[in-house]
Amino acid sequence: MKLWRKPFDYADKATARGHVYIDNDRCKGCGYCVEFCPREVLKMGTELSPKGYNLAFVEDEDKCLACGFCEVICPEFAITVSTDGNDNRAS
Amino acid sequence: MTEKQGLVGEFFINGDVACAEGAISAGCRFFAGYPITPATETAERMSLRLPQVDGVYIQMEDEIASMNAVLGASWAGVKAMTTTSGPGFSLMMENLGLGVMLETPCVLVNIQRAGPSTGLPTLAGQQDMMQARWGSHGSYEIIALSPSSPQEIFDLTITAFDLSEKYRVPVLVMSDEVVGHMSEKVVMRQVAPESLITRRRPEVEPEEYLPYRTDGSLIPPMAVAGEGYRFHVTGLTHDERGYPVMTAEAQDRLIRRLVDKIRVNKADIIRYKEIQVEDADVIVCAYGITTRIAQFAVKLARDKGIRAGLLQLITIWPFAEEHIRELSSQAKAFVVPEINYGQIVLEVERCAGDRARAILVPHMGGGVHSPEAILEAIQEAAR
Amino acid sequence: MTGTVNEEDASIAKYLRQDRMPHIWCSGCGIGPVLGCFLRAIDRAEIDPDKLAVISGIGCTGRVAGYVKLDSFHTTHGRAIPFATGLKLANPELKVVVFSGDGDLVAIGGNHLIHAARRNIDMTVICVNNFNYGMTGGQVGPTAPFEARTTTTPYGNFEFPFNLPYLTCASGASYVARWTVLHIRQLDTSIAEALTKPGFSFIEVIAPCPPVYGRMNKEPEGTDSLHYYQERSVVRNGADPKDADIDLNGPIVVGKFVDRQRPTLWDNLNQVVSKAKERATAKAKV
Repeated sequence: MKLWRKPFDYADKATARGHVYIDNDRCKGCGYCVEFCPREVLKMGTELSPKGYNLAFVEDEDKCLACGFCEVICPEFAITVSTDGNDNRAS
Repeated sequence: MTEKQGLVGEFFINGDVACAEGAISAGCRFFAGYPITPATETAERMSLRLPQVDGVYIQMEDEIASMNAVLGASWAGVKAMTTTSGPGFSLMMENLGLGVMLETPCVLVNIQRAGPSTGLPTLAGQQDMMQARWGSHGSYEIIALSPSSPQEIFDLTITAFDLSEKYRVPVLVMSDEVVGHMSEKVVMRQVAPESLITRRRPEVEPEEYLPYRTDGSLIPPMAVAGEGYRFHVTGLTHDERGYPVMTAEAQDRLIRRLVDKIRVNKADIIRYKEIQVEDADVIVCAYGITTRIAQFAVKLARDKGIRAGLLQLITIWPFAEEHIRELSSQAKAFVVPEINYGQIVLEVERCAGDRARAILVPHMGGGVHSPEAILEAIQEAAR
Repeated sequence: MTGTVNEEDASIAKYLRQDRMPHIWCSGCGIGPVLGCFLRAIDRAEIDPDKLAVISGIGCTGRVAGYVKLDSFHTTHGRAIPFATGLKLANPELKVVVFSGDGDLVAIGGNHLIHAARRNIDMTVICVNNFNYGMTGGQVGPTAPFEARTTTTPYGNFEFPFNLPYLTCASGASYVARWTVLHIRQLDTSIAEALTKPGFSFIEVIAPCPPVYGRMNKEPEGTDSLHYYQERSVVRNGADPKDADIDLNGPIVVGKFVDRQRPTLWDNLNQVVSKAKERATAKAKV
């Protein structure tokens, strides 16, 4: 987003970046994570799980802000969201 | 208030009250029930006595809830009991099955009355005897005891708790309205807590514990809630881990064990009393209140020169098959007086085969037999 | 060095029976997310998991007991609450949670529900309400909205449903809330609150049932159900439960409706028994 000035504490604040891991053995392709991710990180794919479900996959992890919603809404406990120690802000 | 143990001494009380006191002497500290004639006095006595011994009494909203609360209390590690009569007994059936399936020690007392349906609420019956064995759905085995006096109901309630803890199965005390409501002398002996049987506890660490692993004894050690064992138990057919397994193989293993744990231990569970049976031609086979009339009828028969004897069945289920078979080669007939139109007589008949006749002396309910009615059958049998 | 984003989420793994995953619930079933909230709430509410017992009945939600690595009891249809009552009264230190579905808790178990609320026994009941009997294929239940289609109401449901917050509030519950699966963050908070609050807590969670209820009621995908909740739900904390009826054409009122102090069953029992003991001791001294 375009700022007309930089916030004074811009250098101190960091936006978390998330790493989304989907357990393909558990995903049943319900699409909740895809539908409700606020950043459109995930998409439904054509790849099938061992049980024959269409799998969701991470399309663009750079957009992930680690809100964790996909992890809590997933009915299968298939998603884990973790944050890297490093963020994208130079200190 | 009184000390936290059962009463000791000689008392003049009715069967219902004796049953409650027997339970307390046995260590029962939880009662959940629903009022029903003629069992209500047991509930009332428990509501008075349990708080005195630091137990809990709760009157639940119906018999179904009562049975479930009893199971829950047992799973929290407390000896638990409920009492009821015919209509409530029917309601409790489904969850009696849950008790069998989960292998929950508990005692269910049925102070029988005449039925079916509402029947004669205030009068005697012995009409739930087959229901005691087969009332719940599914293939299972159960233990049922039948007292013939307030003294016996006191003693047998203690035995019922012991058997239920030992075999991890609900035990039924099948009494009747006459025993429940008659007042007689009851000698309440001192029952040392060490003399009572309590369920075997797990001997392994929680991480290694499997709720239904038996190590060959057929009866698994029982963990209770709140001790960190983190077990799962279900009414679905399950394996040793307690997890549901929907296969015929799992069903075979489980059902055989649930039934065999009782059948294999019949010698320990089956109890009966015999009077003048050694030389008897005609054996009167009775249980519950009918025993006492039968005893007098046997005396009358002996006075008339008939070699009659009395076999009082104390354990009704599992049925004393071997003993009846044995006696059927000696006696020419069994006379089975019961306050129903033929229930236990069917078992006697089955076991006696064609070696001896089984003659039913029925009473439809609402009273007890007259000694003459039983004597007549004995005379007929002796012919 | 990586870490999980929701610190509590590390708890989900340790409270799940991993040897039984993946679970049996359908794709898009609402039970999974609700279970996740409950598992996160255990640590959030600082409950000792060794003293926690989960009791469930029969039905899809009833299967929850089998997936939690806690002392758990999968009992008979409708009877989780009295079973839990026995557990709790025999060992008041236990924290008992009843986790079951609308049909199990409210139809066959309805009587036990209202009595437990009346007694205000210290227990948390999580009712996953998917408006039908899912396990048996989608029959109507006492919470199915008027005119809903189910396998036993092919022409539309001709009965009015229960208003569960109203029912449980009127019966005496200390804590009553309703959320949908979509309100997952509020549900996290609600369950944690309910677990720590003494007395009878009831949380209704509206959940999708895509292959049966959803398919028969214009919500063929789970996402359709969640969008339906998104559009129709209105958060009104503190609303009067009598205004929380659910209708196919109306809003779904969610929120925390009741949060009050009432003595629990154990408080009352102890009070009555202690007074009696005092009287008896006083009498004995005379």
